[in-house]
This record gives sequence, C-alpha cells and structure tokens, in this order.
Amino acid sequence: MFGRDEKVSAIRLTAAQYTILAIFLVLAYGLWKLQVMESGYYASAAEKNRIRNVPILAPRGKILDREGRVIVDNYPSFSALLLRDSSRDLNADADLIAQGLHLDANEVRTRIRRFSSMPQYQPIFLKEDITPDELAFIDAHRNELPELDTIVAHRRLYPRNGFMAHLIGYVGEVTEDMLNQPQFELYNPGDVVGVSGVERQYNNALMGKNGARRALVNSHGREVGLLGETDAVPGKQLKLTVDIDLQIAAEEALDGKNGAIVAMDPRTGEILAMVSRPTFDPQSFSVRVSRDQWSKLVNDENHPLLNKAIQAQLAPGSTFKIIMATAGLQEGIAQDLHVNCTGGGIFYGRYFKCWIAARHQTHGAVDIAKGIYQSCDVFFYTLGEKLGIDRIAKYAMALGMGQKTGIDLPQEVSGVMPSEQWKIKNFKQKWFAGETISVSIGQGAVAATPIQMARAFGAIASGGRMVRPHVTNPTDLPPGIVPAQSVPDEVTIPIDPKNWEIITDAMAQVVSPVGTAGASAIKDVDMAGKTGSAQTVSNALKAKMSASDKAKYKDNGWFVGVEPRRNPEIVVCALFEEGEHGSLAAHVVSDVIKAYVEKQRRLPTKMAKSTGAAEIGAVWTEPDADGGEQKLQGGHFFLDVAKRPLAAMAAAPGMHQ
Amino acid sequence: MSRYVSYRDFDWLLLIFVLLICGLGVMEIRSATMHTKFAGSHIRQMYWIAAGVGMMFLISLVNYQVLLDRIHWFYIAAVASLMAVMVFGQKYLGAKRWIKMPGGNHFQPSEWVKLILILAMAKFFAELRHRELSWPDFMKAGAIVVIPMLLVLKQPDLGTALTYIPIAIMGVFLGGMQWKQGLLVAVLAGVAIGAVFFVPRVHVLKTYQKQRLTSFMDPENDPQGTGYQVEQSKIAVGSGGLWGGKGSQTHGAFLPVPQTDFIFAAFSEEHGFVGALGVLLLYFIVLMRLTQNAQTAPDRAGTFVVMGVVAVLSFHILVNVGMVVGFMPVTGIPLPLMSYGGSSVLFMFLALGMVMNVRMRRFVN
Repeated sequence: MFGRDEKVSAIRLTAAQYTILAIFLVLAYGLWKLQVMESGYYASAAEKNRIRNVPILAPRGKILDREGRVIVDNYPSFSALLLRDSSRDLNADADLIAQGLHLDANEVRTRIRRFSSMPQYQPIFLKEDITPDELAFIDAHRNELPELDTIVAHRRLYPRNGFMAHLIGYVGEVTEDMLNQPQFELYNPGDVVGVSGVERQYNNALMGKNGARRALVNSHGREVGLLGETDAVPGKQLKLTVDIDLQIAAEEALDGKNGAIVAMDPRTGEILAMVSRPTFDPQSFSVRVSRDQWSKLVNDENHPLLNKAIQAQLAPGSTFKIIMATAGLQEGIAQDLHVNCTGGGIFYGRYFKCWIAARHQTHGAVDIAKGIYQSCDVFFYTLGEKLGIDRIAKYAMALGMGQKTGIDLPQEVSGVMPSEQWKIKNFKQKWFAGETISVSIGQGAVAATPIQMARAFGAIASGGRMVRPHVTNPTDLPPGIVPAQSVPDEVTIPIDPKNWEIITDAMAQVVSPVGTAGASAIKDVDMAGKTGSAQTVSNALKAKMSASDKAKYKDNGWFVGVEPRRNPEIVVCALFEEGEHGSLAAHVVSDVIKAYVEKQRRLPTKMAKSTGAAEIGAVWTEPDADGGEQKLQGGHFFLDVAKRPLAAMAAAPGMHQ
Repeated sequence: MSRYVSYRDFDWLLLIFVLLICGLGVMEIRSATMHTKFAGSHIRQMYWIAAGVGMMFLISLVNYQVLLDRIHWFYIAAVASLMAVMVFGQKYLGAKRWIKMPGGNHFQPSEWVKLILILAMAKFFAELRHRELSWPDFMKAGAIVVIPMLLVLKQPDLGTALTYIPIAIMGVFLGGMQWKQGLLVAVLAGVAIGAVFFVPRVHVLKTYQKQRLTSFMDPENDPQGTGYQVEQSKIAVGSGGLWGGKGSQTHGAFLPVPQTDFIFAAFSEEHGFVGALGVLLLYFIVLMRLTQNAQTAPDRAGTFVVMGVVAVLSFHILVNVGMVVGFMPVTGIPLPLMSYGGSSVLFMFLALGMVMNVRMRRFVN
C-alpha cells in the first residue's frame, strides 16, 4: 500500500528542477541572441524608429502664357488629421470634431476604430482640402483638441470651366505602373506628377524637389526634436507660346460645340491657341476624382478627356483638296486641267457624285481655281485619277500627312495616308484604283488630325516652308529641359511661286462671295482658307440608315484658314464635329482670326474691354442644395488687365518691331 | 500530534528574493510610465505589494489541510463564479472576464481559479493510493482542470486558460504518470499547437487569438498588429545591448504596455543583457528555493501545493519572457511579481502564502 504521507518521487522532483533549468537556459539564450549577437541591428532599428524624415513638399512651377500671364497657379491646401495621443479619448471628442469639420460623428468614430490596430505614429486623415472656416475651427481649438492637426500641401489651381484643360493637362499621384517604368525611376510613391498635357510633357521642369526634415519623434508621431533640414526646391515656371487673348476667343468660338481648334504661327510653329470640346474640369482631379466621375468622363461618347486637336484622326474632307492641288500643280497636271462638272462622273466604272448634285445644280466648266473655291469634287476626282495614289501620297506625306507633327505634347496620333505600299503592308491587298477617287476629296482611308491640317496649310501658304509645332519656345525652357524632337524643326517642300499664287489666291476666293465660305469674310482682313465636310460613314451605309441615325451621323465640318493669304502670320484649323458643312467651321476660324488681327492692330481685346479683373482660377465649394451661395475655398487669382494701359501692351504674337 | 507553528520557520530568504524582484518591477514601472498618463502606477503597485505581503502572512496562518478538506466546495464555487461571469460579466474589449462588484471594483474570477486548481490537484493526488497513475485517475485529473479551462476559453481569455495547463501537467507528472500517459500529454500538446499554427479556421480560437499566435512567427509580415508588438519588443531588448541604454523604445512609447506585459522588455532595454540575466537569476533562485520547500513538505499534499505554484510561476516566466524575446506568441500573460497589476500581484503572494503555510508545518509530525 502507498500511504498518504508517503513522499513524492524525488527523481521526478529533480526532473522538474532540470526542466526549469532548461527553460531558463533557453530564455537566457534568447536574451544573448538579441542583446549580444544582434545588438547592433536592433540598435539601428531603434534609431530608425525614432528618426523620421518628414517631407517638405515642393510646389510645382506656374504655367504662364506668352506674355507672362499666369494660367496655372498653386494654392495651399490643408488636410485635417488626428494624432492619436494616448492622453486623449478620441471617441469622446468625436462629436465636437465632426461638428467643426462638417463630418458625421459616427463616420469619425468608425475611422478611429478602423485605425485602432494601426501603429500609433500613423495619424488618421480626416478630411482633405478643408475650407477656411474648418481651418479656423482647428486653430481655435488647439487647446481643447490638441490631437487635431493640419498639414499643408500645394495643390494645383487650374482655370475655371475647363479653360485650356486639354493643352495644360492635369496632375495626379504617380501610379504603380509609372513607378515601374525606367523614365520615372526617380519618382517616389505619393509624388504628384503630370498625367497629361503640358503638365506631363514638362513634368521634369514643373515638378520641384521635395525637401525633408529629419525629426525625432515618439511613437505617436509627435516631434520631440529636430536633427536637420533640407529645403524644398520649387518647380520651375513654364512659359507657353499660347496667347490667352486668342485662347479666350477660340474657347468662345467653339463653346457649345464638339470639336477642336488649333491656332499656330506658321513662321515659327508656335501654338497660339488650342481648344478641344467637350472639356473637363482638371480641378476636380487635383483633389480627388471619384470613381463615378472618372468612368463618366472615360465612357462619354464625346470623349471629353481626348485632346482632339492632336488626338482626333478623322477624314479631312475637302480641306485635303489643297494638298491635292499642290500635288497636281507641282506635277504640272492641274494648270491645264479643265473639267465639266455635270454633278458627277464615272471613274473606274463607278459613278461618283459631286456635292453640288445634292442641290440639283452643277459646277459647269471648272479649272483649278474654281475647283478650290467651289470645292468641285468632279475636278479633283479627275485630278486624282490622273495623279494616281502614289503621287498623291508623295506630296501628302511630304506635307506631314500620316505622321506625327512632333508637337511637344504627349499622345499625339499620326493619322493615316494611304498608298499602294501602305495597303499591301496593312491589308495584304492590292490597291484598287477606285479608292484613289475617294482619297482625292479627303475621304476613304485618309485620316488627319487638326494639328496636321494646320501645319500643312501653313506650309503651303508659306511657299513650302514647314515648321514643327510647339507649345513652348526652347529659349523659354528652364536649363536642362529639352523637348523630345522626333521631327525636324523645319523642312522645305519645293512649291513653284506661280503655283503658290494660284493656290493661295483660290483659297482667298473661298472666303469671297463666289466661294464656299463667303459669309466668313472679315472686312479689311486678307483671310484665305478651305472648307471641308467629311462623311463619318460611307454613302452606302448611310442609305440603309433610319432618319434618326442619319441625324446622329452628321458630317464633320472642317475649315483651315490663314491670314494673310501668302506668308501668313497665323493659321487656324477648326474641326466642328457634326457641323455638317465647312462653312460653319469657317465662322469659328474667322472669329479666332479676327481676334488675332484686332489684337495686332492694338484694338482692345475682350479681356481689356472687361471692367475690372478677370477671374482665372479659384476653388469654390459646391453650391448648397437649397441654392445657397458658393464659398471661396482656396486659391483665387485674376488676370489684372485693367491696370495695363493698351499702348504699353506687349507685342502681339508675330509683331516684330 | 503537536501543532506548533512559528514564524521562525517562515521562509524569510525566499521573501527577500521575492521582494527584490518586486522592487525591480516597481522601479521599472516608474521609469516606463514616467511621462505617460499612467504616471504614478509604481506607487499603486507598492500598495498592491504591501497588501499582497499582508495576505501572504494571513493565509500562512490558516492550516492548508483545513483548506484542502474543503476544496470541493471551493472548486464548485470557482466553477460557479466562472459561469456567473458568462451570465453577468462585463464586456470589455470584446471579452467577458470581469464581474462588477458592489463597491465598484472589478473582480476577475479566472485568476483565483488558478489557486483553487493548485489545491484541488494537490488534494486529488494526495488521496491516491497507487505508485502508478491509473488511466481513470489520469482522466479525472484532466477533467478537474479542463472544465474551468473551457469556461475561461469561452470568455475568451486564452492567456489565462493556458496557465491552467501546467498545473495539470505538474500534478500528473508528480502523481506517477506512466510513460504512455506522458506520450498522450505530449501528443495532445502537439496537436493543439499544430492546430493553432497550421490549420486555418480553428473555431475554438478567435481571430485575434490566432493572429497573436501566428504573427510572431513572421512579425514583419504584419507590422501593424501583434507582430508589430513583438518586433518592437525585440528592438527594445536588442537595443539594450550588454549594459543597457537610454530606453528610447520604452520612453518613445514604441513598446506597447511597457508597465504590464512588456515590462521585461523595458527592463532589458534599460539594463541590458547583464541586468536581464540578473533578473532571470533571481527568478531561478526563487524557483529552486520553492522546489526545495516542496521536498521538505510535511506530506504529499504539501509537495503538490508547492509544486503547483512552481508550475504556474515557471510557465508565466517561460511564456512572458519567451514573448519578449520573440520565441513565444503574444498571449497577454504578465510577468509575475514585476508586471503592474493588482490581480497578478495578489495571486502571486497568495500562492506564496500557501507555500509558507506548507513550510511552516514541515516539523508538525
């Protein structure tokens, strides 16, 4: 028997003691490993914990027009954040905080709860881009709510109502995709970079270099000491070739329409104005764009995000006839070509109509001049048949068709200029001679962008001197910034002076009572140009369409105008989508040319005429649901034109004293 | 049978070492909470220690045999109080662990259940008449511990529930465990650990418990959660080096709860490997002194009581210090005698009171 006072096995007690000894040896080994063997690593880890690099954000450079007037500015924007100091009961303060920042108290509490598992040094972001009265609330409650703090960031302030939005572009946080590309290797996550337009093209100049403050912090992120500071280097300001006065005229000319306008000085290639419609508000991207808003912009069938001046490639219609005329005259065919227009003609066994046939009229006897100012299709069908596609393509390519113009803006498209080789390469098919007839009037496979048409017209009207368009002058660029030059700055296409006169005179007649855009003539202005209306679907397809579909697929109207007719100072191309006829686009162009000439003649521009200062940019609150007024939220700047006496106005573009 | 009890037989040496550890704890609590909202905690800790010492003397006067004779009533009361927590308990941070007392104090029964389990195991094994532990007795001993353990797990309080296990293992081991039973215990422990670490969706454990248990294996994968705590603790300990440093981890509040669960990390950061090893040595001396007392106990029950205390204390040290150096998951188990907290201090001194009780009666027969 085993008595109740019998001792417990001594061996087992000893075993327990050895087990305890083993445990202590393991723990002592753990301490040895951390504190002796790896002590250096952990000492530096502790150091890293305490020292934080707080970035000092650099403002982006301003964007100016050719006269140094500010188009894009910055404004300081404040974000409210919550420091999680353990000495405050955040949930108890949530009501007051929510009230002051116009937030929902429960939302604030949810946010606090959601962050509760995050490390203490990470502050909770409550609201971005807070209004002045919210900022005042935080300042007034520094003592009651010490956990509430703000940080300042420079945000972009863009012109209102999408003014010049496509040319300027917008900025956004650098994406993961971009970070993986070698050309963006110097960017850090969280950097704000240009996403489109000039903002993207000249991001290296516009983007500053963030500074940093090396601060000692505790785990709540509170700074308890300063170790050193490197200042931020602000971005450099960028001067564009655009003239705000002309830009305003172009924006207004295209208001309420879809399409694009490019105004360029064909002597230098300086872009004076560039508009694309519909437009978007880049301001809404500079804070945060909602997913709904974004998908609405992307899926809009009128493509508001597309800069149609350089990204819309469409059939140029009859504006292409000027290129045809150049080819025909230079080849010595068009001078002596006389055609009798009976409202159409048979080419390669198929009947092609002239546009005049729709009015039950004919052009009768047509020569090259009448062919241009009356835009006779039959004349150019005949010319095309005589030239053949490869000779057309040779001249068209020389004048920049089917290639990018090399403008210093991202995502330019190249358009299409068909040829026999092109057909074989892309379709593995032989060129059908009949296709040449469509190309002769700017239909069929040929597609061009407004910037291409402006450049080609500028070159022809300048006697063959063709320049590369650009939105900044190399001399205005900050040192070290070189625009990508994929196309030579200047090339000369040989055009016989006699032929040059024939074409430019005929173009001037277009804007005369006998021409297709007679109504767009401006008194005392030597304007010349060419109308175009391009079908968006083929005739065959249109014949099968219902009336409503026919209305939907209206023709695009084009007009490219120059002033004066020879050696022009300005060339303006207008694309008026669904504008049906080129004469409507001609009105748009003549508005811009008129504004240009008036400024040159030192007549008061629209801005100079306006009383007081013109507001360019500001950030306003949304109007209240009950119709309350909008409040100024941040950044507000004007073009102070009233102070500038007219006589002292800087030289208008192209004026060389 | 003469019943001569005197404080001459009180283990004063043990008390000196215990108070030495408590003193280091108070010092570290003061240093770790100096500029926080917990400043002054070390004063309260000293009150708890004083109260604990008083209770230790008191309980050493009551003959442990008397307590053992009534242990079944205590056991029933313990299980009932755990059930009461389930019904009337205060919910705080997602767990029901406390009962609000009329005075406004909060009472956490699971802590006292430990003490009752030590006595219950002592009573159970003291009554056994065989040199080898039979299978039915093995099962019964297991059941005595598992019932309250499941109730505590339900609260949920994984940390406290785990501390019941060493009491059972120590009891079974000293009670004549056969090697097959030992194998079963090892297999069960292995299965439990395996389930916790490797089987996803173990319904027994709440998500936060699993996170605590698994994140320590790869702390950098989870820098915000409990892995963050382990990482900060390792940085604190490691940056202490051989001789200790300024304690930027502790004072910059990077180290979570430096006055309770992570007090050993705070101490190691400020006093280095030398200081930390010194504290471990003090604990080791206390444990060896306790086992010595177990050997000289007047009867089997006394030995079991003392060894139960040894088991709980060793387990706490293993899990807490193991967590601080990154060997063990974060379970919320404090370091006895050093960590701030009334319940923990009072439990330790009551347990030591039981040990003194046994020691003072070693010459009874």
